[in-house]
Amino acid sequence: MKTLVFINSNHFAAKASLEVITYAKKLGGEVVAVTYGSQEGADQLGAYGASKVLVDNSLTVADEQQITKLVASAVESTGATTVIFSHDLVAKAVAPRLSVKLKAGLISGAIALPETGNGFTCKVNVFSGKAFATVSVKTDIKIISLLPNSIQPENIGGSAVVESFNANVGASAIKVVSTKKPEGSIPLPEAELVVSAGRGLKGPENWGMVEELATALGAATACSRPVADIGWRPHHEHVGQTGVAIRPNLYIAAGISGAIQHLAGVNGSKVIVVINSDPEAPFFKAADYGVVGDAFDVLPKLTEAIKKFKNAN
Amino acid sequence: MNILVCISKSPDTTSKIAFTEGNSKFDENGVQYIVNPYDEWYALVRALELKETIGGNVTIITVGNAGDEAIIRKALAIGADNAVRIDAEPTDAYFVATQIAAYAKKNAFDLVLTGKETINYNGSQVGGMIAEHLELPYVSLASKLDVAGNVVTLEQEIVGGLQVVEVNTPVVVSCAKGMAEQRIPNMRGIMAARTKPLEVIAPESIELFTQYETYQLPDAKKACTMIDPANMESLVELLHNEAKVI
Ligand SMILES: Cc1cc2nc3c(=O)[nH]c(=O)nc-3n(C[C@H](O)[C@H](O)[C@H](O)COP(=O)(O)OP(=O)(O)OC[C@H]3O[C@@H](n4cnc5c(N)ncnc54)[C@H](O)[C@@H]3O)c2cc1C
Repeated sequence: MKTLVFINSNHFAAKASLEVITYAKKLGGEVVAVTYGSQEGADQLGAYGASKVLVDNSLTVADEQQITKLVASAVESTGATTVIFSHDLVAKAVAPRLSVKLKAGLISGAIALPETGNGFTCKVNVFSGKAFATVSVKTDIKIISLLPNSIQPENIGGSAVVESFNANVGASAIKVVSTKKPEGSIPLPEAELVVSAGRGLKGPENWGMVEELATALGAATACSRPVADIGWRPHHEHVGQTGVAIRPNLYIAAGISGAIQHLAGVNGSKVIVVINSDPEAPFFKAADYGVVGDAFDVLPKLTEAIKKFKNAN
Repeated sequence: MNILVCISKSPDTTSKIAFTEGNSKFDENGVQYIVNPYDEWYALVRALELKETIGGNVTIITVGNAGDEAIIRKALAIGADNAVRIDAEPTDAYFVATQIAAYAKKNAFDLVLTGKETINYNGSQVGGMIAEHLELPYVSLASKLDVAGNVVTLEQEIVGGLQVVEVNTPVVVSCAKGMAEQRIPNMRGIMAARTKPLEVIAPESIELFTQYETYQLPDAKKACTMIDPANMESLVELLHNEAKVI
């Protein structure tokens, strides 16, 4: 049995990439990774279980139609029967295309390893994190798109051969006009620690204390929907049922009431800390640790305590 | 501009999520269905705005049974011109996408729009699958969409940022926040929706790739530990030693 893993261009050290290699390795068979662009650093994937990394160096940028062709041709040349993606923005476009191209069933948003005792089933998040479903795949080739932060990467000390692989994917139909990448910030869906705030912060000028706590922790920042709607914070920070769904190890929510639509995007978090001045705020019911208090007072205190802890450890 | 907007029904965001028949079926008891917010707020409204500025026709399509009439009429009341319902249970994304693609193949659309994902199955799959069936480019999670002649300019979220892209029609786009603002249907729209054409067509027979076997609710949370707001050191200590997250 062979498993093929798609890795985003130049993402050899990204945690999400190491997660999918570890996941593939745990399926049991040989693991081959496929990517495009530069091959520098591709051998790092070997430590996590890939025995081979196929790199299409003829491509530097690729659209999802081209990536689909690249992955399909790698499936053909390796004879892989399972294909794994990290469920990110690229995979959300490529995996469905590949499903149609290969006539292979797709499990989108998997959160665990598949069960193969009786058929092939896998657990996924549904109803915006309010439930799980077990989905079976009937086709010979299976595609799994794994939600980030579902498995811990494991360095098993292996090594990988890096091979160039030209899939002849043709020209792109999509012309990239410009790209904006904020420097240094942690992409929200991949973040292990998240500090989030809501309307209780009263105005965008008060976000300094949210950012200070995030910086002290090494966390990403998020917000509730109304805060993004009024323009206090950028749209990509909006978490919830109609925003980004996240599953960090720690979610700290300050001045957020905990409406059901907000919870839908964060209820997969391992630990939730709620800071709210209203002891009746519904969010406390979903929290592991609660602080009834004024965020303007609690946030700076928590930042200080984190800094003290970081200095001591 | 001939636009096809794919809409899905989803349970109202405040619905209680429960399952029946040995946890194999979503319990629809007391559940109010809505048009999936991404489909309605972004895909449909942007399609209508384009029609209002450059002219054209907006068709909505859904795969579902007769019970979906209410959400179809709602989308027509917001302003779509006509509707198509493919008469079948939407068992998985591949089934839905394949049915819609079969219809789209027979009718020349310049734009096929979907929402970013449904709020019940969260798969984000249908748009990409339709695009592959039609062998068209697909721009996913677009937050802006403008059309000049046959060139579509889109802003889309990418890993760690945003990019602006250009692509020629026909193209498939999945629509996310930023593209348009929610519209509330008015009385005239609701009246007009009653007589707008709704075509019901039989599904193509296709092989099933996946099946939702069972559902499960998450374990109940244990009671929240309350911390003295004056003592954030104790919270840090618990996060480190008890929760082990820092
Ligand atoms: C279809 C639909 C989809 C939706 N999708 C989403 C979604 O994806 N994400 C989302 O977040 N919302 C969503 N909502 C909105 C949601 O219902 C809530 O309105 C929203 O989450 C509330 O945001 P908030 O908690 O920031 O504000 P509020 O509800 O105004 O709560 C502010 C909280 O701050 C507290 N507070 C005030 N001052 C202080 C202080 N000084 N210190 C500490 N605490 C303070 C208050 O006690 C209150 O609990 C959706 C709604 C609908 C209808």
